[in-house]
Amino acid sequence: MDFLKIFGRENVSSKDIAKERLRLILVHDRANVSPKFLEMIKSQLIHMISDYMEIDEEGLEVKLTRMEKDKDITVPALVANIPIKKVKHLAKI
Amino acid sequence: MSEVIVITSGKGGVGKTTTTANLGTGLALYKQKKVVMLDADIGLRNLDVVMGLENRIVYDLVDVANGMCRLKQALIRDKRFENLYLMPAAQTKDKTAITPDQMKKLCQDLKKDYDYILIDCPAGIEQGFKNAVAGADKALIVTTPEVSAVRDADRIVGLLEAAGFEDPKLVINRLRPDMVKRGDMMDIDDMIDVLAIELLGVVPEDEKIVISTNRGEPAVADESSKAGQAYRNMIRRLEGEEMPLMAMENIEPSFMDKLRIFFGLKARAR
Ligand SMILES: Nc1ncnc2c1ncn2[C@@H]1O[C@H](COP(=O)(O)OP(=O)(O)OP(=O)(O)O)[C@@H](O)[C@H]1O
Ligand SMILES: [Mg+2]
Repeated sequence: MDFLKIFGRENVSSKDIAKERLRLILVHDRANVSPKFLEMIKSQLIHMISDYMEIDEEGLEVKLTRMEKDKDITVPALVANIPIKKVKHLAKI
Repeated sequence: MSEVIVITSGKGGVGKTTTTANLGTGLALYKQKKVVMLDADIGLRNLDVVMGLENRIVYDLVDVANGMCRLKQALIRDKRFENLYLMPAAQTKDKTAITPDQMKKLCQDLKKDYDYILIDCPAGIEQGFKNAVAGADKALIVTTPEVSAVRDADRIVGLLEAAGFEDPKLVINRLRPDMVKRGDMMDIDDMIDVLAIELLGVVPEDEKIVISTNRGEPAVADESSKAGQAYRNMIRRLEGEEMPLMAMENIEPSFMDKLRIFFGLKARAR
């Protein structure tokens, strides 16, 4: 079941909320990623992309979630949402 | 062949001591095994009280480890149940009063004379945990159906695996069938699903546990106690019998649950 879907819906049983929260917590615990580590990834992403695009650093979001790889197999996934302000000319080459 | 089993949890207060007392008593009472229940919770000993043996302590675990007395002098024989013994923890020392090597030695010595050595582990992942698991062959992990307890249980699974324990087994404690039924408590499937370890048993919330602890008489000996029945089932599973999950009021275990109790292994997503 999708994490976001669960929180979006009303009247979801509290145990499903518990289970989804737990799953996400365990993704972090097991991968042993600290918020500091995510910040590091974030700043390197900004650095790397800024040659090509102007990005909204405030709106940049990097997080660990779970992703369905195959039916019934979910794996941890790193998701980055990077709002673009402007594409630099260089990128069109 | 004798076996040392450590009862762990991560989070405190979820039922390690209760589990140790009931499984230990049950193995002696129903399976005629020679059992030592070892309280490794140095500084916060409780197993003696749960067993109603608090007035009989002379020496303790730390005394034995430091050679202040012989092993047999510290063991308290439970007069109510033949073949049942308690090795009490020290109350006035702390977790650093013994070392993992001393625990290993102690477990080796106990294995010569007893069939089961059950170790009541302290909460947490520090020195006390390391001591408690040092001499153990197998591990149980107790959790309640709550996010924080299951999270800590997962941490313990990781630490146990890192320490070489192959298949730690799960004990779900204080399950409330009424709450599960209305979707307000995680069910057995949910917890097996996230933890991906094999299940040894499920103990319902039962006020008989409180009553029996008041009296210092483990509930496993009480034929009318639901929790007692759950412990009796677990004892049979420990002894290698195939025992279906007990049909708890309002919860018919699913076919998958029944299968999982024996073949519950699922690769842990790490
Ligand atoms: N199935 C149950 N039904 C009702 N009460 C229970 C049940 N299991 C445990 N309890 C109660 O919960 C409390 C904590 O149990 P217990 O002392 O066994 O936990 P513990 O994990 O050993 O705690 P600690 O981490 O402090 O050593 C006790 O008061 C006990 O009586
Ligand atoms: Mg305890």
